[in-house]
Amino acid sequence: MQKSLLITADLCTSCMQCEMACSFEHEGVFNPAKSRIKVFEFEHGKRAIPYTCTQCAEAWCLHACPVEALSRNPQTGAVEVDDDVCVGCKVCTIACPFGTVNYNQDTGKVIKCDLCGGDPQCAAVCPTDAIVYVDANWTGYERMKQWAVKSDARPSA
Amino acid sequence: MGWQRKILRVNLSEGTAESEPLNMDWAFQYLGERGLATKYLWENMDPKADPVGPDNVLIFATGPLTGTMASTGGRYVVVTKGPLTGAIACSNSGGKFGAELKFAGYDLLVIHGRAPEPVYLHIVDDEVEILPAGELWGATVWHTEEALKARHQNPLLKVASIGVAGERGVRFACIINDLHRAAGRSGVGAVMGSKNLKAVAVHGTVGVRVDDPGRFMEVVRETHKLLAESDGRKELTELGTNAMIDMMQEFGGLPTRNFHEVQFDGVDKINPTAMAATTPSGHRNLITNKACFGCTIACGRIAHIDANHFTIVNRPEYRHASGGLEYETAYAFGPVVGIDDIDALTFASYLMNEHGMDPISFGGTLAAAMELYEMGVITADDTDGVALEFGNAEALTIMAEKTGKYEGFGQVLGLGSKRMCEKYGHPELFMGVKGQEFAGYDSRALQGMGLGYATSNRGACHLKHDAFAVDMEDQTGNGKARPVKRSQDKVAIIDSTGLCLFTTSAWGIKDFQKQIDAACEGDWTVERLFETGERIWNLERQFNLAAGLTAADDTLPKRLLEVPAPSGTAKGKVNELDKMLPEYYAERGWTTDGVPTQETLERLGL
Amino acid sequence: MDYVIVGAGPAGVIAAETLRRSDPAGAITLIGDEPEPPYSRMAIPYLLAEGIGEEGTHLRHGGDHYEKLKIEVRQGRVASLSPGDKSLALDGGETLSYDKLLIATGAHAVRPPIPGMDLPGVENCWTLEDARRIAAGARPGSRVVLMGAGFIGCIVLQALAARGVDLTVVEMESRMLARMMDDAGAEMIERWCKSKGVEVLTSAKVTGVEATNGGLRLIIDDAGMIDADLVVCATGVAPNLGFLEGSGVDTDLGVLVNEYLETGVAGVFAAGDVAQGPDFSTGKQAVHAIQPTASEHGRIAARNMAGHETRYRGSLSMNVLNTLGLISSSFGLWAGADGGERAVAADPERFRYLRLEFEDDVLVGALCLGLTQHVGVIRGLVQTRVRLGPWKDRLLNDPLQVMSAYLERTQGVA
Repeated sequence: MQKSLLITADLCTSCMQCEMACSFEHEGVFNPAKSRIKVFEFEHGKRAIPYTCTQCAEAWCLHACPVEALSRNPQTGAVEVDDDVCVGCKVCTIACPFGTVNYNQDTGKVIKCDLCGGDPQCAAVCPTDAIVYVDANWTGYERMKQWAVKSDARPSA
Repeated sequence: MGWQRKILRVNLSEGTAESEPLNMDWAFQYLGERGLATKYLWENMDPKADPVGPDNVLIFATGPLTGTMASTGGRYVVVTKGPLTGAIACSNSGGKFGAELKFAGYDLLVIHGRAPEPVYLHIVDDEVEILPAGELWGATVWHTEEALKARHQNPLLKVASIGVAGERGVRFACIINDLHRAAGRSGVGAVMGSKNLKAVAVHGTVGVRVDDPGRFMEVVRETHKLLAESDGRKELTELGTNAMIDMMQEFGGLPTRNFHEVQFDGVDKINPTAMAATTPSGHRNLITNKACFGCTIACGRIAHIDANHFTIVNRPEYRHASGGLEYETAYAFGPVVGIDDIDALTFASYLMNEHGMDPISFGGTLAAAMELYEMGVITADDTDGVALEFGNAEALTIMAEKTGKYEGFGQVLGLGSKRMCEKYGHPELFMGVKGQEFAGYDSRALQGMGLGYATSNRGACHLKHDAFAVDMEDQTGNGKARPVKRSQDKVAIIDSTGLCLFTTSAWGIKDFQKQIDAACEGDWTVERLFETGERIWNLERQFNLAAGLTAADDTLPKRLLEVPAPSGTAKGKVNELDKMLPEYYAERGWTTDGVPTQETLERLGL
Repeated sequence: MDYVIVGAGPAGVIAAETLRRSDPAGAITLIGDEPEPPYSRMAIPYLLAEGIGEEGTHLRHGGDHYEKLKIEVRQGRVASLSPGDKSLALDGGETLSYDKLLIATGAHAVRPPIPGMDLPGVENCWTLEDARRIAAGARPGSRVVLMGAGFIGCIVLQALAARGVDLTVVEMESRMLARMMDDAGAEMIERWCKSKGVEVLTSAKVTGVEATNGGLRLIIDDAGMIDADLVVCATGVAPNLGFLEGSGVDTDLGVLVNEYLETGVAGVFAAGDVAQGPDFSTGKQAVHAIQPTASEHGRIAARNMAGHETRYRGSLSMNVLNTLGLISSSFGLWAGADGGERAVAADPERFRYLRLEFEDDVLVGALCLGLTQHVGVIRGLVQTRVRLGPWKDRLLNDPLQVMSAYLERTQGVA
């Protein structure tokens, strides 16, 4: 059964453990600026929304890549960046209508959530279960995916 | 590692900003944050300098665990000479600013001099600019933060700034970061204001590394779990720090009406239950809880004020959510001034954050002013026509705003309680130590707290020691010197790590030690940590002695030493400081005059 | 079913792959006119900058990728099209018949009609072969003149600078990136380039190129002469339409196609840089010679060719560019809509700029400088035509709140 990240913003306290776990997993350093998941705060902290890639079926980023640097991991369903192939053209960063592929100026490559190969560290460290990794079918997280369909410039038939 | 091994030194008089290597000898002796900042302060200024003159040095310091995954690793401290006390000031804050400063690559930000015109610092990693504050001078903290993010087109900027209170030298002005986290006490905001420094805005992308990442992550998993499972932690998460108000009420240690009483009959209207209750009109004060950077406790409260409440009914700009009541704000705007209107308390709390003031000192000062008013020493002629009576919620919010804007009687309140009481010829009404007002614990009920207050290097403070359990067990002065001394040293360590004191609800010193040892180079044993803590404490003491303070300043107001508690578990008791203090000096290895002996100094390498 | 795709760029390759998924049994022929495996022109600058090797420009990396999908890839140039008998004639006389045809012939570089542009040492930067010649001539310290500072010119600029050449950019228009950036943004980019040691001349018209002793000399109207070892011409491209002459397929700036990416001639489709298809923002037909459009065109045209009727909502004009480390991007109607409103945040000193264009309370276009995080949400907001409601006023006041606006208006958390 493929799993997805289920994010429940109401539970988020904006502690940033997810951002640190993410950057540590991918870069070996505690550095929210390099995190693939970002927490956004609203109105003096009234709400906080952790936000990252939904690994959407449309995979705008993947299709827009001119050199096949993005591919879907069949085990996890995550769309992953192959750093050896990515040339840093950034087309995926404007193609993704969710804004979840970002350019890393230090490396000249793009970065995005890869579900940590099936053990997403953001979910592992989240102290409030605002981020959990669960079976894709009951995430109710379809909300974002539905939105993806709505925004699609492709098959509507 | 753990340390960035780099500090940023800014000279506002000369308009220079340069980074330099962190003195690693000092880092190994003082760890970081509070300890290291104290050493840098000691080495960089004359303790006799005017706290609001250009020769005072203002230090923002992170710890080796700031910006790591250690839970609560988002703390930073502001160390300087305090204008409220004339002693060393050491104000700890959370939020996200401290971690951001660390992520930009700096352990410390050391600020010298005084800018000729108002300025702010803009720091993005290695790029540091001293920029004109322009029209931001005179603006509120909230406006400043928003304006700087917009000006620099960078919503990720983290901002620490002062309001008009800090600009105009309110003695208890604080530095606010992230809208409602405060480096709160001793008037550090007035030091910033005296330097013509409106704000520090920082964005960091360098990140933080630790010495042994594998071991560190293992320890972090353990310590996270300890916190997650701790009952103390759960209470902090669910109720916030204001859980204390019910405990102190029951115990009879809740200072009420300028310490005339130790229990307050309005507690039920301002406690966590009241915050979470829905009023008949459908309003609920509490919205949610919120964490500082890296914190898996999330004791912070986010609240809002009933739109129909008198404070904001005609002021829609305050209808948004913001930081809600903490225990100390609930105490300082509640019992000690006799007020039980939760929305008024919340509004006053907003005003403190918006204008940059310490609620404890403001509340303590207002309490003394109310006593002066009720005594007839001051009248409505002095107070801009406001009836400063205990229990008057409108007086609280009007005076909070006047002080924040430095208007009318607010300018008198802005002197702080000690100077104000002296001005009106009643110094005995000042409830504090070394010029700084007490927090919400009555030291007739909590004996060790009294010793902690009297000997805290930054003036009356509940956060510089932790002998709570001992105080609750035994309400005499017996055997308090040793646990107070030892916990002062322990807290000095925790304050030097970058972590939050509230983790002690689940962590013992060993848990801190494991995290420090994995993150930092060198062999950090528990013994070494305690020695470090003691070294820090003694260096702070050295600073104060050099600044002109003496053992005579290690005292409590007569009201606590001579007037027995009127009710509660300590009914009939006074604080036994006279018994505890000599024992404490002996424990510390100080002379009977409270001066560290040569032997003590040598033992600690001072 | 016989499918023939003319053009082996991204649109053609993606169409071939999509056809294979839609029609496992069909015969698919992919014709490219260059003697290279299908590759991406977009990757050429990174080849020049030596970030990748030639293989890094290839669209697909498995050596047997096309074989496995039973896509026949062949080299050839199409000379003419006869829709009447559904056949193509190749250079050399061979004819190919098709049931469904996709025209994905892309574009070719166009040089301005200036004397001397045909001299040795004047190169385009469009094909892999061009890149090899530029690489041979652009060595550290070489004097290189880049003609054209449009989108392609600026990408090439970055690549040439990375090679350590002594670079001068000559642009005929009054600003760099005339079709992707407004005056304010272009001014910042130009100033940025100059601060990085690149000479930039705008409103500069090259009137001639001459051979000198061992080099070239450009004559610039009003500005004298510039000596160069190499001239790289990036003054524009034009769709490859020549072979359609007399075929009955309607062309304008490109091959005109409807919302199914089909031409007026049944069974003939077009995609990518050559196609003039529906423009999401205007509803008219436009050539959007950009990678995301090529990719979308390829997929949607292929689905329609295979009989899965799929309507295209139109392509969104957008670009992202790295000019010597300064990242810029543009989306949709960045110059504004009639009767619309604009929000601008500019910090020229720090090379930061954000311009949002609204129509009613919908975001219709944007320009960004110095923004690299979550920039895709601008596409999201434009493309979904999300009503911004109260956020529009907030954005007019502070355009930087665009991510917050996006989250609140699209993620159901308001």
